[in-house]
Amino acid sequence: MMMKKITIILALLATAGFGTQVNAEPVKSLRGATDIDQDSSVAAAKKYNKDNMPIERDYVQQPPLIPHQIKNYRINIKSNKCMSCHSWSNYRKSGATKISQTHFENRDEQVLANVSARRYFCTQCHVPQVDAEPLVENVFQPVDSITGAK
Amino acid sequence: MSNKKSKECNDMILCRIWQLLKKPSVSYSLGTLLIVGFISGIIFWGGFNTAMEMTNNEEFCISCHEMEDNVYQEYKETIHYSNRTGVRATCPDCHVPKEWHHKVVRKIQASNELLHKALGTIDTREKFEGKRLTLAKHVWEAMEKTDSRECRNCHNFEFMDFTEQGRRAVKAHSEGLDAGGTCIDCHKGIAHELPDMHEVDPGSSIGDI
Repeated sequence: MMMKKITIILALLATAGFGTQVNAEPVKSLRGATDIDQDSSVAAAKKYNKDNMPIERDYVQQPPLIPHQIKNYRINIKSNKCMSCHSWSNYRKSGATKISQTHFENRDEQVLANVSARRYFCTQCHVPQVDAEPLVENVFQPVDSITGAK
Repeated sequence: MSNKKSKECNDMILCRIWQLLKKPSVSYSLGTLLIVGFISGIIFWGGFNTAMEMTNNEEFCISCHEMEDNVYQEYKETIHYSNRTGVRATCPDCHVPKEWHHKVVRKIQASNELLHKALGTIDTREKFEGKRLTLAKHVWEAMEKTDSRECRNCHNFEFMDFTEQGRRAVKAHSEGLDAGGTCIDCHKGIAHELPDMHEVDPGSSIGDI
């Protein structure tokens, strides 16, 4: 009888102890160690570089990066704001880089009179930049044939 | 002669009113007439301007679904609706002149818009999209004609500090100023979506695929 009582008490204590242990460790999820009822700190929104000089390429086939902000520049079937400066008809006046000849080719390598539909949506390849540190370490180095280093 | 005239006037009500107005007043003093005339002048003039201002705000503009469902929704995503400092340019700030006589001329032109409201010319999204290029061209032409007068109510070349502007803006603005350009030459589609630009600038639209 006595033995049975002690076993029950020990079992209860063990359960209680186990319970406390679970409570002590906060749930870890993708949002970090912040409890679900707590607000996690918000990273400050990065701002796009407003207007810089063209950015050097890092590898041969790299689509050039956009050195300026493109907020509210619409690209849809009716119009393409980028083309109001970068098209072949407008680049001289605006002083912008013109789109390359490859942009006039369709997938059968036929050269069209206007920008090809598969190259029309500029931001699929060309992206504006923010001044941000890389999230993971990156040791990529451009080759000398691009940088001109000896 | 006078018999002939009054005979004519028996048939025409306007003529009889004119006869009445031509006669000098016999029962009211000049002072009374002046004071009554002055006061009713103020009331009519004030009433006219009040009525004009009532039709000159965003709330009135978007009381038509053609405006609220199309152009207003597009405008809500642009810098003239929401921006850093919270200064807004509402519909009439850009589309109705500030100076009185230009404003009255524009208000008279707006009777054409009332006609098309009644006819239902753009009462669906499809109809509106179909007319978008025509409508946009009207606004561009008006802006070109007035040297973008409504833009310049707030934006003035002479007070622009080019050193505060971006590289691209400095180039475009200084060259534009020299070439006698006007705001709308470059700043099309800043508050509403552009129409199909293939006809206007073939290089900046995909056109027929």
